[in-house]
Amino acid sequence: MNMRKFKRRLNRIIPGGRQLVIGVPFIWLFLFFMLPFFIVLKISFAEADVAIPPYTEIYSYAEQKLQLLLNLGNYAMLGDDELYIAAYLGSLKMALISTILCLAIGYPMAYAIASARKELQTVLVLLIMMPTWTAILIRVYAWMGILSNNGLLNGFLMSMGLIDEPLQILNTNLAVYIGVVYSYLPFMILPLYANLVKHDTSLLEAASDLGSSTFNSFWKITVPLSKNGIIAGCMLVFIPVVGEFVIPELLGGPETLMIGKVLWQEFFNNRDWPVASALAVVMLAILIVPIILFNRSQAKEMEGKE
Amino acid sequence: MKRFRFSSLMLVVGLLFIYLPMLILVIYSFNASKLVTVWGGWSIKWYVGLMDNSQLMGSVVRSLEIACYTAIAAVALGTLAAFVLTRITHFKGRTLFGGLVTAPLVMPEVITGLSLLLLFVAMAQMIGWPQERGIVTIWIAHTTFCAAYVAVVVSARLRELDLSIEEAAMDLGARPWKVFFLITIPMIAPSLAAGGMMSFALSLDDLVLASFVSGPGSTTLPMEVFSAVRLGVKPEINAVASLILLAVSIVTFLVWFFSRRAEENRKRAIQQAIEESAADSWKQPDVRRAQPEAV
Repeated sequence: MNMRKFKRRLNRIIPGGRQLVIGVPFIWLFLFFMLPFFIVLKISFAEADVAIPPYTEIYSYAEQKLQLLLNLGNYAMLGDDELYIAAYLGSLKMALISTILCLAIGYPMAYAIASARKELQTVLVLLIMMPTWTAILIRVYAWMGILSNNGLLNGFLMSMGLIDEPLQILNTNLAVYIGVVYSYLPFMILPLYANLVKHDTSLLEAASDLGSSTFNSFWKITVPLSKNGIIAGCMLVFIPVVGEFVIPELLGGPETLMIGKVLWQEFFNNRDWPVASALAVVMLAILIVPIILFNRSQAKEMEGKE
Repeated sequence: MKRFRFSSLMLVVGLLFIYLPMLILVIYSFNASKLVTVWGGWSIKWYVGLMDNSQLMGSVVRSLEIACYTAIAAVALGTLAAFVLTRITHFKGRTLFGGLVTAPLVMPEVITGLSLLLLFVAMAQMIGWPQERGIVTIWIAHTTFCAAYVAVVVSARLRELDLSIEEAAMDLGARPWKVFFLITIPMIAPSLAAGGMMSFALSLDDLVLASFVSGPGSTTLPMEVFSAVRLGVKPEINAVASLILLAVSIVTFLVWFFSRRAEENRKRAIQQAIEESAADSWKQPDVRRAQPEAV
């Protein structure tokens, strides 16, 4: 009701003002976020060419004939070449396992923050938030020095006498898992905390008054209530990790096949823009369901609905 | 309360896991030895050496410039988007709009970067702009994805706000624009500052988007660092990384400090207003009773 009153006035007093307020961000996002996807889709049907830009035009107009030439070769190649399929599967596996690890580590942390004293909470949230503002590049680089064969971790383990020769961790999938969990953990904790802190503790008290064990009430009350936080956190980790480039590039080795890295190589090293576009289109097709899930949970959050 | 203790332990271990690598990085940036894994005593020679590296310094200036423009534009755009999402509940294409605002948060950067580059190339062919890619194209890319972060932060604040203040101003005849700039903006100012600082930091950090949409001669700091890091760990890079960490920590601390102070001021003002109005209502009967006597 209040909203409607607000809106009506906005409409009446300055005609066009409302359109302007909606229009400016809408047009910007349409132009620089949505439209580009259609161009990617278009170029994924083109052929690579030695030219500037390095692809062929998919339509031509000559002698009153409009020709549309769709080259499905890029997609056929993605399906035929085992490298690409392995890279997609590798990315999905990496993203899935890291998401589960982040949830397992992040949930108790978010829970501990939410149940801390109020003043302590703001400091703890700040401590969790700060790394998300720091370059992923630098945080991953920090691990390169720790995990390398003559790095700190191996030096420590050897001086403790636990191992005789350095473990090969850098440039393996294990290093990528460490890097991904390390970099994305805050993105799991923050939405979980935002959700957990809103919970009404009287529910838990009531349950314990009625004889429910602590674990039972945690599992049957806290976890279901934090569903939106869990979805948002998991999606904030899963989706970007599928397309992650920096971490597999710096910490991974030859065995690490991830689609973000392959796309980068196709684009920058092979200069094959159409294949890179086709890779992006397929990646987006795989991610569209998680992205919609995320958007829904965000929309609920933004409108303040529980 | 066994679970409580377990989660606290996890929190401590998790924070150590998050901060220990960064701490090690900073300590090793003061390592005198050229061998990055051998400790050779304290030294600041790598920091001094950075000053002479003009290519690196050029990229630092360029990155800071882009980050400033991004922060300003992302706050403006993100605030508008947040305002639309929280205050205008029904219009055509609202679901699409909501999706467009939040999707950049999760969209893999390689996809966003590639698609924006292809857009710029297509635009250059069709309308002749942008002729060359550089600061402007990187700014557009960064603004688009930072605006999403700003929108999330600001919309959280807008939702908490008491609508009645804005309504009161409009009932008194203020125009919506005036209400927005004189009432809404000051009330959400801390979150605007937070969003701006966040955009600044995110823009300063970005490697993937900048790599796609930059042109020759416009390498940013993360691009410089990345090309050096690819070849392995180097003491100079430790120093650069530590400086970036320091800059981000300062920015984060400032955001926290100012938003906390603003919050405290706001609470104090509300408390004061409540006390004053309570005192007034207490006084009022006296005033009325006193008046007839005076007449």
